[in-house]
Amino acid sequence: MFHIYCPHCAEYREEEEFHAAGQAHIARPLDPEACSDKEWGEYMFFRKNPRGIHHELWVHAAGCRKFFNITRDTQSYEIKEVYKIGEKPSVVAE
Amino acid sequence: MSDLNVMTAAEMAATKAAVMDQVPGPEIQGQSPLHHADLDSLAKVGPKQGGVHLREHKLLGHLTLRLNPENDDQLAAAERVLGVALPLQPLTSVESGSYSVRWMSPDEWLILVPGLEAFDVESKFRDEMGGHYSLVNSSGGSTVLELSGPDVVELLKRCTSIDLHPKLFPVGKVVSTVFAKSSAIIRRTGEHSFELVIRRSFSDYIWLWLQETSREFGLVVKA
Ligand SMILES: [Zn+2]
Repeated sequence: MFHIYCPHCAEYREEEEFHAAGQAHIARPLDPEACSDKEWGEYMFFRKNPRGIHHELWVHAAGCRKFFNITRDTQSYEIKEVYKIGEKPSVVAE
Repeated sequence: MSDLNVMTAAEMAATKAAVMDQVPGPEIQGQSPLHHADLDSLAKVGPKQGGVHLREHKLLGHLTLRLNPENDDQLAAAERVLGVALPLQPLTSVESGSYSVRWMSPDEWLILVPGLEAFDVESKFRDEMGGHYSLVNSSGGSTVLELSGPDVVELLKRCTSIDLHPKLFPVGKVVSTVFAKSSAIIRRTGEHSFELVIRRSFSDYIWLWLQETSREFGLVVKA
């Protein structure tokens, strides 16, 4: 079980209060009409699956119901940091 | 594009929402989602001694307010209506007379008022507050349980993973969390008393759960 710090509630809560919502920082193409099928397909469907540092979107579903980001090591499961939407991660893969 | 949070008085008046009085008058007898449990009769004939006491605060007015916490005009308007400033610290609550206000998220508060006052309070918000905000009367969606007694913390430990130690969960703290596989908004109202706001569709389940879970302590239903 993860013990996750919610940056909005400002305290740790059990994992059962949260849902993972996939990879973070996926920018929607500014002009979808101008996208090739490949570009649009990559935006819609293709996700990273790294061994190591991964930036993820989570939502505090049973709590404040806000989304935020987690940087997590997929190998050790260690949560490296938690940061709000719009902020940049300080822990990044080399 | 005009900024909804910086508006002239005329623009504010034009944004006034259509409001409808959803509160039936006192001549219509309301039924809480636990009406079928007949807690009043249980309070009369049930045990008078036990480690956990339960009382339903039914048919209160539940108002969900959402606004930008950086908008000082809206914060001031809320304070004029409620007689107390909105709690901006996460997981805190305030009371003002018969009103109580719970921080739910950085831009959301749950306000409980006496049932028959819900529309008056809502109307006051509409008069006082301008700009981009949301106020929803969600009274029918939930009910409120008061749990107290010497064993209430032991009972709650069996229902939720929240740490209830007084250092981490002082009087006035409020959390929205998983409760017995359902959800609840839990607020500490005293050393041995808590308030639970629960979903109406889960109220029967939680009532059954609380009877089962409090068996070892003894449950006293209060009117
Ligand atoms: Zn939260």
